[in-house]
Amino acid sequence: MRYPAPKIGGRMHALELHDVCKGFDSLEGRVSVLESVSLRLEAGQSLALTGESGSGKSTLLHIAAGLDRADSGRVLLAGQDMSALNDTGRAALRRGHVGLIFQQFNLVPSLNVAANLALQARLAGRAEAGRIDALAQRLGLEGLMARYPEQLSGGQQQRVAIGRCLAARPALVLADEPTGNLDEATGDAVLDLMLELTRADGVALLLVTHSPRLAARCDRRAHLRAGVIGAAP
Amino acid sequence: MTRAALSALMSHWLRNPVQLGMLLVGLALATALWSGVQALNAEARAAYASAEGLLADSGTATLEHPAGQMPAGRFVDLRRAGWLVSPVLEGRVQIGAARVTVLGIEPLSAPAGAGPALAARDLDAFLGGLGYAHPQTLAEIGGADMRLHPADVVPVGTVLVDIGAAEALLGAEGQITRLTLAATQAAGLAPLDSLAPDLRRVEPGEGAELTGLTASFHLNLTAFGLLAVDVGLFIVHSAVGLAFEQRRAMFRTLRALGLPLRHLTACLAAEMLVFALLAGSAGLVLGYALAAALLPDVALTLRGLYGAPVPGTLRFNPLWALAGLGMTLAGTGLAGAQALWRLWHMPLLAPAQPRAWARASALGMRVQGLAALALAGMAGVLVVVGDGLVAGFGLLASVLLAAALAVPLALALMLRRAEGLARGPITQWFWADSRQNLPRLSLALMALMLALAANIGVGTMVASFRATFIDWLDLRLVAEINVLPRSQSEASDLQAFMATRAEAVLPMQRIDATLAGQPAQIYAMKDHATFRDNWALIAPVADVWDRLAAGEGVLVNEQLYRRAGLRAGALLDLPGVGALPVLGAYPDYGNPLAQAVLGLERFNAAYPDIPIRQFAVRTDDAPALVAALQDGFGLPAGQITDQVQAKALSLAIFERTFLITRALNVLTLSVAAVALFAALVTLSGMRLAQLAPLWALGLTARDLAGLELARALVLGGLTLVLALPVGLLLAQVLLAVINVQAFGWRLPLQVFPGDWARLGLWAMVAVFAAALLPALRLWRQGPAQLLRVFAHER
Repeated sequence: MRYPAPKIGGRMHALELHDVCKGFDSLEGRVSVLESVSLRLEAGQSLALTGESGSGKSTLLHIAAGLDRADSGRVLLAGQDMSALNDTGRAALRRGHVGLIFQQFNLVPSLNVAANLALQARLAGRAEAGRIDALAQRLGLEGLMARYPEQLSGGQQQRVAIGRCLAARPALVLADEPTGNLDEATGDAVLDLMLELTRADGVALLLVTHSPRLAARCDRRAHLRAGVIGAAP
Repeated sequence: MTRAALSALMSHWLRNPVQLGMLLVGLALATALWSGVQALNAEARAAYASAEGLLADSGTATLEHPAGQMPAGRFVDLRRAGWLVSPVLEGRVQIGAARVTVLGIEPLSAPAGAGPALAARDLDAFLGGLGYAHPQTLAEIGGADMRLHPADVVPVGTVLVDIGAAEALLGAEGQITRLTLAATQAAGLAPLDSLAPDLRRVEPGEGAELTGLTASFHLNLTAFGLLAVDVGLFIVHSAVGLAFEQRRAMFRTLRALGLPLRHLTACLAAEMLVFALLAGSAGLVLGYALAAALLPDVALTLRGLYGAPVPGTLRFNPLWALAGLGMTLAGTGLAGAQALWRLWHMPLLAPAQPRAWARASALGMRVQGLAALALAGMAGVLVVVGDGLVAGFGLLASVLLAAALAVPLALALMLRRAEGLARGPITQWFWADSRQNLPRLSLALMALMLALAANIGVGTMVASFRATFIDWLDLRLVAEINVLPRSQSEASDLQAFMATRAEAVLPMQRIDATLAGQPAQIYAMKDHATFRDNWALIAPVADVWDRLAAGEGVLVNEQLYRRAGLRAGALLDLPGVGALPVLGAYPDYGNPLAQAVLGLERFNAAYPDIPIRQFAVRTDDAPALVAALQDGFGLPAGQITDQVQAKALSLAIFERTFLITRALNVLTLSVAAVALFAALVTLSGMRLAQLAPLWALGLTARDLAGLELARALVLGGLTLVLALPVGLLLAQVLLAVINVQAFGWRLPLQVFPGDWARLGLWAMVAVFAAALLPALRLWRQGPAQLLRVFAHER
């Protein structure tokens, strides 16, 4: 299934969450992780989501990406209600509209840098050699294209993950602690790149981080505390 | 999307070529062993069909005389009475350099069949003495003073000629062996019972046909082929399972990037299909080569045991090739099904639920334990109520599978015990780490246990059989020489000649008959110390030899005794004699037919004029008697065999019979070694994160490599210890159940610790070889690889 590049800059919100609730079963009974969480993210906008460990940040991001399902509430991605879709539908929406960046990079270890960069764009049927080359150059990866992930530093691996995500021209980038595995200087450089590239393409960015310093660099901030969303402290 | 997903999946194999190689080798070997065995079976069965279709296209009833031959005038009498019969004369004779079966037919009256069709090609030449033989037979004959043309339809070892030519070749003028009855006869004919009351009508399928006689041999071969396939599939299962573990993160990433689960599963299934087709094709080529290499020995075995004319060269048959490929595809599907199932049920956010995986793993172990118990229970039930060869193989399969499934549990218990006894921190870590990695190695260790148990079991069975067979042969072949007369007049002359020159002349006479519904032969036995002193009897009655000599009963061979459920004193119906009590049974290894022995006088009274086929002669001076026979009667070497020759021939047949079993055993053990190698190579890449902390704590890469090697040897050694009782149980099942059902004889279990020690040594060498490369790799590249683990943790 091929997806056209999403229209960027229209009125439609890139991501909308309405009264999203999520809980998990544990030995002590049902534990609520998200309680009636609502938020909106417009195209070209960046939102930093902060919170303590276990506050539900990653769960919210997983639900936004369609990796997990909400117990109740609605999740609209590019105007489509995710909660109404099955696994295949959610995968298709993710493939066509979402870019994911993980703390652990999650590159495919058996593919070299060039193949990793092109992977999501090829899955979405939108691989453009010119854009991948341009991204590689912008991310400083042009001399590393034949290397494999194990031969790269952590910062280099995260840059490949950013390139892989943006090469597919997503409408929304969801980044889960993308600098959590990097030292401060490398983390700053990676975030600079991410913000610059998403803004340049008019891509919405939801950044999950526990660092108030990094969060301050986004357009908006929100804070999760015990599953309830509120303004950043 | 599909191309992107497939290229991502395939990139794993391209980065891990050794792992891919092992997977393909496992699949190819499993296919090779199975298709090789099937090729042997198909070739042999085609040869039987060709032999049975030579005289007539469809099964044809025959008329036979108890004496084995009859005057040719019987043919004329029945034809005059309107019966559509055709004479056949068959016998063994030396032509050129080979001893062959001469089959004489009368082409004008013979029913339609491959033989008569061959004769009709050039009828004048055939009637003038032209013969046909298989090209292999022609090569064995070499130069001969008769015209012979090659023909593939004639079984190996047979020469097809006109009945007139056969009379001359066999020195049997005016004699015929049997009459074939055309399928359709005119109505209103006088019944055969009144026209020829002394002739026995043998319906198709009733006689000692090759297909029936050799069924057990082929079933044994198939069972060992299946065992090899099982071991091969353990490799595939192990390789696919380990590759799944290695690619678990990749699967999650691909799905996170938007590849639907259904699509990913289809891609993984397509990947396995391609591997199965590639390796299956290579396996077919290997299987063909294996079958071609083993066929000459199998052909000799079948000829020696059953007189089955199987050619020593293999022809390609698309049917077994397709069946082999089908088996590979089905086996790969079975081995890969678990990986696909796990992928289908793998949560997208797997790292969030590590406890769930640990619980699933523990649950899997419990299920495996329960399955082992259930199979052991089934084996117990089969021991009590099972009957027949299929039940025997069911018992064998249940025992082996139950033992294989119990291997990881037993090893886990042993390792836990060792961990409890460990004192130092390194040894404690060594045992704990071995236990932690057991699930990833368990399939390979199960394959190794199966292969070792099969080796011990089959080896013990063959060695027990060999020891018993040699003892039996020494007692059975006590006559110093055996003489084969060429005609009845010569038999009379020989008997008279030897009467004064030998200590005893023991004539051998027999008739073909049906005993307890089985194709059989009844022999005459002269009362003599040769038999009284040397024949070890099973459950004899009192004064057995005196009663036999007095004609008060009958001895039966062990095959008939067990298959017909006879006991001493039970009555056995003998044609022309009536019911006689069974006086005892005698071992008769290597004979597929039922057999009974009557005292000579009783035999001759019941079956007069039966020709003497052979003399067993007792003498103090065998060379002098042989020389006298050759001078006096011009007997060629083929007509006189001495005891040494006879024993050597029997032993050679015995050794050949188990050659293929031994070959399959060695191959199965090799396959298991490949499985272990594949598992260890794959695991070595996944173990760096577990080993790195120890390296950081002060152990050298060399120490770690040594510990890895020691772990493989310990696990291999413990598996060997577990395989020993399973192998002995397997041997007992083979000796007490399978052999009795397949061949009709039961043998005592004997133990051969020397053989086990040799096998154990070879097994440990195989384990050492399998573990050496991963250990060397760790030693050589250790620091650089281990450092990377920490580098990635930044």
